[in-house]
Amino acid sequence: MTSTSVPVAAKAPTSTGTATKATRVLGAAALVGIAWLVAFGLGFSPADANQRESVRILYVHVPAAWLAYLAFVVTALASAIYLLSKRHSLGWDRLAGASAEVGVLFMAVTLVVGALWGRLTWGVFWEWDARLTTTAFLLVTYIGYLTVRRLGGTHQQRARRSAVLALLAVLEIPLVHWSVRLWRSLHQEATVLRPDGEVKMDGLMLFTLFVGIVAFTLMYVWLVIHRQRTLAAEDALEDVGLDIAIVARRAEGRGAR
Amino acid sequence: MTFLRTAWLVAGKDLRIEWRSRIGLNQVLPFAAIVMVLFAFALDRFPAPPGTDDTLLESVAPGLVWLATLFSLLLLVQRTFAIESEDGALDALRASGVDAAALFWGKTAALAAQLAVLEALLLVTAILLYGTEVRPSGVVLLVTTWLAATVGLAAVGTLYGGLAAGARGRETLLPLLMLPVVAPVLIGATRAVEAALGIGGTAIADGWPWVGVVTVFAVAFGAGGTLAFGPLIDE
Repeated sequence: MTSTSVPVAAKAPTSTGTATKATRVLGAAALVGIAWLVAFGLGFSPADANQRESVRILYVHVPAAWLAYLAFVVTALASAIYLLSKRHSLGWDRLAGASAEVGVLFMAVTLVVGALWGRLTWGVFWEWDARLTTTAFLLVTYIGYLTVRRLGGTHQQRARRSAVLALLAVLEIPLVHWSVRLWRSLHQEATVLRPDGEVKMDGLMLFTLFVGIVAFTLMYVWLVIHRQRTLAAEDALEDVGLDIAIVARRAEGRGAR
Repeated sequence: MTFLRTAWLVAGKDLRIEWRSRIGLNQVLPFAAIVMVLFAFALDRFPAPPGTDDTLLESVAPGLVWLATLFSLLLLVQRTFAIESEDGALDALRASGVDAAALFWGKTAALAAQLAVLEALLLVTAILLYGTEVRPSGVVLLVTTWLAATVGLAAVGTLYGGLAAGARGRETLLPLLMLPVVAPVLIGATRAVEAALGIGGTAIADGWPWVGVVTVFAVAFGAGGTLAFGPLIDE
């Protein structure tokens, strides 16, 4: 393949990474926040009267869950903006995709950590609670969303398909939650401990949780910015690859004549 | 051409293809029947739940009927969109100016007709194999649930089938996308049918709120499909 006549893509990246000065500062802030969370979560914050040391799982579980929900809201908003805006800018599509990837990761973290915590405090890994069940459905739904993003076709096809799917998830999740709640209200079992309400917060614990949420949110922003940039680079690479292939085929055609 | 006329033509076309190829009759129905038999193998030996005179199989029969329906729905949806993606039939339909919403409702109606027959036969299977009994006072609830659930399932099937149509790996993608979505129908329709049949001493009045769940679902995805089907299949 000759490289002499290959058109250079207009948006060829000049740097070798996806970092900029702003994201470096952001990444450093997220790291500091996490170090702070580790210090407070494992060190300074007190053990709980009922749950003893296992209450420290809270400082990972709640921020991870918050982050996953935040990520899915961002995905839905970005998808709606993509569909409704006149330009149909792929930037919104890539933001939706990047956010969903981070969301799926942290939803899985939430479920795994929650199951372990449940085993310690409730005695079981899983409780057929409406919130837990909906969370599991949310995870599977967004795994499906990420699969649909990889179906192929043009970038615009991918963007439209996945944006519609993200908005359908907004329709699906409340319906699932509502029906599961009705289902549970008729099949009430002895609940050992609810995931909410039971933990009485002292000030330092609340502060540690706050630190966790801030640290995880910073990490989310950092991850999404980087992921969005690598997605943009992937798209650009595909476009350039197509250009190269077209030029090569044309060169073959000239040679044959 | 009006909306209804277009939908009617699309539904007629789908049903005619089904009738001539007999895929549903020769493949999907036997599949559903064998699933019902396998459920019996899995659950038959267990004693009845305490406090009821029904066997376990009788108690869980409504849920099993709807589960078998969901599995068969996956096959029917694959089939109805395999027809469309062969030779670019779907693109040809769109290029000929067929309204996407009419196309959606046409395909939904054809799918609903097939599903309705399948569900009725599954209920008969449950009566024959599981000893399920239908009480006359529950027939209105049963038929209403049957209609609402069928429309809801057909709408979701058409919507997600259109999304996966022509994609690589659609056979595995469709269950992943669709089964989480139809969970409310499984819950609602199972509870409603339990009430209609009086399983576990449930009153008929207990069933109507669940029909409400299924109806809300059908309306939501009917509306969602009307809006979203066009953007989904336009390639």
